[in-house]
Amino acid sequence: MRRFALIAVPYLWLLALFLVPFLIVFKISLSDTALAIPPYTPTIKDGISALIAELDFENFTFLASDDLYWKAYLSSLRIALISTILTLIVGYPIAYGMARAPEEWRATLMMLVILPFWTSFLIRVYAWMGILSNEGLLNQLLMWTGVVAEPLQILNTNTAVYIGIVYTYLPFMILPIYAALDRLDESLNEAAEDLGCSRMQAFWLVTIPLSRNGIVAGSFLVFIPALGEFVIPSLLGGSGTLMIGKVLWEEFFNNRDWPVASAVAVILLLILIIPIILFQRNQQKQAEAEQ
Amino acid sequence: MKNAILSSVALATVMAGAASAETVRVYNWSDYIDESLLEKFEQETGIELVYDVFDSNEVLETKMLAGGSGYDVVVPSGTFLQRQITAGAFQPLDTSKLPNLENMWDVVSSRTEQYDPDNAHSINYMWGTTGIGVNLGKVKEALGEDAPVDSWSLVFDPANMEKLADCGVHFLDAPAEMIPAALNYIGEDPNSHDPDVIAKAEDVFMPVRPYIQKFHSSEYINALANGDVCVAVGWSGDILQARDRADEAGNGVEIAYNAPSEGAQMWFDQMAIPVDAPNPEGAHKFLNFIMDAENMAAASNYVYYANGNKASQEHLVEDVIGDPAIYPSEAALNNLFTTTPYPPKVQRVVTRLWTKIKSGT
Repeated sequence: MRRFALIAVPYLWLLALFLVPFLIVFKISLSDTALAIPPYTPTIKDGISALIAELDFENFTFLASDDLYWKAYLSSLRIALISTILTLIVGYPIAYGMARAPEEWRATLMMLVILPFWTSFLIRVYAWMGILSNEGLLNQLLMWTGVVAEPLQILNTNTAVYIGIVYTYLPFMILPIYAALDRLDESLNEAAEDLGCSRMQAFWLVTIPLSRNGIVAGSFLVFIPALGEFVIPSLLGGSGTLMIGKVLWEEFFNNRDWPVASAVAVILLLILIIPIILFQRNQQKQAEAEQ
Repeated sequence: MKNAILSSVALATVMAGAASAETVRVYNWSDYIDESLLEKFEQETGIELVYDVFDSNEVLETKMLAGGSGYDVVVPSGTFLQRQITAGAFQPLDTSKLPNLENMWDVVSSRTEQYDPDNAHSINYMWGTTGIGVNLGKVKEALGEDAPVDSWSLVFDPANMEKLADCGVHFLDAPAEMIPAALNYIGEDPNSHDPDVIAKAEDVFMPVRPYIQKFHSSEYINALANGDVCVAVGWSGDILQARDRADEAGNGVEIAYNAPSEGAQMWFDQMAIPVDAPNPEGAHKFLNFIMDAENMAAASNYVYYANGNKASQEHLVEDVIGDPAIYPSEAALNNLFTTTPYPPKVQRVVTRLWTKIKSGT
């Protein structure tokens, strides 16, 4: 009985915070829009039988019939994937440097990575708008140093979106990799070098494989939120930036079409379930390996 | 920036009113009031005022139709007001609590009746036109001295837009205003609800789409003033505010607004009280306060929009009442058009077309 209660707690948690909201969204995705409060029909007030009779998958067939949505899903996947790779390229050396830094510096370095979180995320993205705009700091610097004659158009392009995502999610990449590297036994590298590896080879053959779990965890922590990202593409991206988070927002706020917006959200969730399960499995394997 | 200013005002008002129990929550467009009026209202009535801002009718409508927004006064534009009245989102006004209604201007209230019969649910706050703001220096540099700054061809002719792309062009992210403008440009009825006619707007936007830097409904005020963009399709008063900010900054940027000669949309922002407003009593007091001639004049003098208040006109500064971009002449008024809301099926066509125009797919 006590064991049952112990298991019930996390399941209740999951039920209340995931399954119930999901079912509400799923139900709306099967409804039709209406000019009313709330703006869809049928609602619970119409009675259960009317509710069931009037629900249909029309919104999902609509999504399938319009190539906008598939293009947006694919474009989000591409942007999320590329930004994950970029974040890894930027984040790994930072994590490596932190793990190799003298013991007494590490707490300070860790602090510096976390410090930006003390400022609102929105304000930090707005700051990037100030840096990247045509009359912004970056362009002024580039023109002053004579690197470019005309200001570079960075704000309102995909480049700005990549910069924004890499900047925002960098700590999520650095921290798990740092945790993996921190635990790494220095003597393994020495052993590899004793056995004839160059420093470079030792890095590729020993350090990288042993920090694999950190890389995988960091990549998922960046990829999953980046896929549904809305704030960054809408503030830094231009009219050509197609991301599903933005499409979802527009369905909801511009088109005021809650049913279609819900259908988009349901499919986004289905797409995210695969990487989330893979991430869970990786975490589990790691936990088992440590035991 | 403006949001930071507004939230600090909101914070100040919250703190100032902490002692009184009564609160009125107002949800208005961004950059749309003289903030000293907010303090004045609190001092006169002792009611605590919470003032939030939005920059799109669509966002406001989402909140209204979700219900329970918690606001006592909101400011939708005419066609949106009409849809939301149909949805049952607003309560009828109690005219006995609004003695200042006598100040209102029949020229405007006769026009707003098409959205709100008998003006039963709303009062006019401001009205204006949707037109083109230009950075004169940069546009003339790109297109020559005789650049067509008072014509829709400036932004709908690809030959012009190609040359303007480098200095930056913003369009409003408001399909209900941009699509009528495009239809008007090609000689169609801007208020058409025929999907085949609406589809023709695509041929206007697609060739110029690559040269549009962004579709946004409030960023252009700062972008124009700073010189980040040289052309913006936007709302009259917003562009005049940009002109003013550029003057204050003394950065050599000269902004001008024109309601294009082919015709421009005239719109009305109406104050209304949501059906589930927590404090309708206080909301009426706020509406009456706003309809006071001097208060309304102070708001117009600050934001450069015309208002629907006849009595306020004697308190308006010459810069406002004398500027034909704000108070157009009788002849220019006849050149303006109004629109009516799209039925739901047509709305779907319009929004899909707009997504296609914005994203290219």
